[in-house]
Amino acid sequence: MLNEIIRNIVRFAILVGIQVLVIKNIEMGRFINPFIYVLFIIGLPFETPKWLLLFSAFAMGITIDLFYDTAGMHAAACVFIAYLRPGLLKLFSPRDGYEFGTQPTIQYLGIPWFLSYSGILILLHHIVLFYIEVFRFSEFFTTFFRVIVSSVFTLLLVVISQYLFHRKKAQE
Amino acid sequence: MRNLITFIWKHYFFFLFLSIEVLCIYLIVQNNYFQKASFVNSSNLLSANILKTSADVEEYFFLKGENEKLAKENAELRSRSLVSFSLLENNQYFVNDTAFRQKYSYISSKVVNNSTNRRNNYLTLDKGSKQGIKNNMAVITSTGVVGQIKDVSENFCTVMSLLNSKTTISSKIKKDGSYGPLTWEGESFAFATLHDIPTHVKLTKGDTIVTSAYSLTFPENILIGTVESFERKSGEYFYTVNVKLSTEFKKLSHVYIVTNMMKKEQEELENRSEMDK
Repeated sequence: MLNEIIRNIVRFAILVGIQVLVIKNIEMGRFINPFIYVLFIIGLPFETPKWLLLFSAFAMGITIDLFYDTAGMHAAACVFIAYLRPGLLKLFSPRDGYEFGTQPTIQYLGIPWFLSYSGILILLHHIVLFYIEVFRFSEFFTTFFRVIVSSVFTLLLVVISQYLFHRKKAQE
Repeated sequence: MRNLITFIWKHYFFFLFLSIEVLCIYLIVQNNYFQKASFVNSSNLLSANILKTSADVEEYFFLKGENEKLAKENAELRSRSLVSFSLLENNQYFVNDTAFRQKYSYISSKVVNNSTNRRNNYLTLDKGSKQGIKNNMAVITSTGVVGQIKDVSENFCTVMSLLNSKTTISSKIKKDGSYGPLTWEGESFAFATLHDIPTHVKLTKGDTIVTSAYSLTFPENILIGTVESFERKSGEYFYTVNVKLSTEFKKLSHVYIVTNMMKKEQEELENRSEMDK
């Protein structure tokens, strides 16, 4: 249990580091802003209490806000997907529930499950974030295009990072 | 009452979600509509210091280009140094002259954080209230307009870039002085839009756009960009001009913060006239 907490705190720090020190500085065209830190919320253990889910999502979002100068926008999007996560997990659960000790990752539940689960969460996160940032409907389709392109890139980065972690585990 | 508590307890997840979301929205709204120094921005100590270290490392990669730019600017300044410059604290430059009264003073500053690919872009600079920076001061570079100071902390300040939906700069066409507001439509970091130019003005591609004299913040005749294209929308009596910005927002590393030394005097006078009406 304690091990799990430390593991997630480390994950938090690493993802914030990658997001604000690396990805923020890479310019991939003006429509593409991937937000890989969402992986933190996606990858929290199944047994995480619901209240902790919301608070850790808020902590993650507000930390990113500090660096992006967006005061609450990332926090709002994070808390939103954290709220939807338990319902989504129930919707996608295998016939006899999740096995104890497993985690929401590719190596435990396979690619199709992970792609649909994380894809939906990432898309919802980006929709909330980008529309709050623009805050008008006159640029609806431009914003929508940004949401789609950025979501695809985030998903790609998330999947790649999953394979990196997976390989590390096999070596242990 | 007990029923209510049981109800809330049963659905605590939803209510907790709702209250955190309301907190977030409060933060967003407060940051947007009141130009207060809110806590959650990149001029606070923790994130500003991390970003500064990151910018320090990055700076080495641009040293060559930056040196060339500075050398060019030095040469330009030297060629018109008819007046004597006196160096004071905080890199502020004042000019002593008996025929002219100085209106603007300049403080040089380094960019420690910058963005161009969002709808509302901000910069962070490494000068703050200790160096005499205040809200709403203008920020420029040798190549043109950058933006306007938004929040100030002790050692840092954030700048609302020209590339922001809330920025409007009063600008004019240099050759005949017709003026209008310049805004950014969020399309590309290299272009902005100038509105309300009357149709009798003979525009050509390449005309220079500069800041107008009607701004309390920006000095007059600071370069903004050049005319790229213009159109008259049906039913309107004005041109909408697509302006190619002269500032390269992707390459900003050193900027100047401009203090209007007569701003207070002008503001007070204008307020007094307003009240008389």
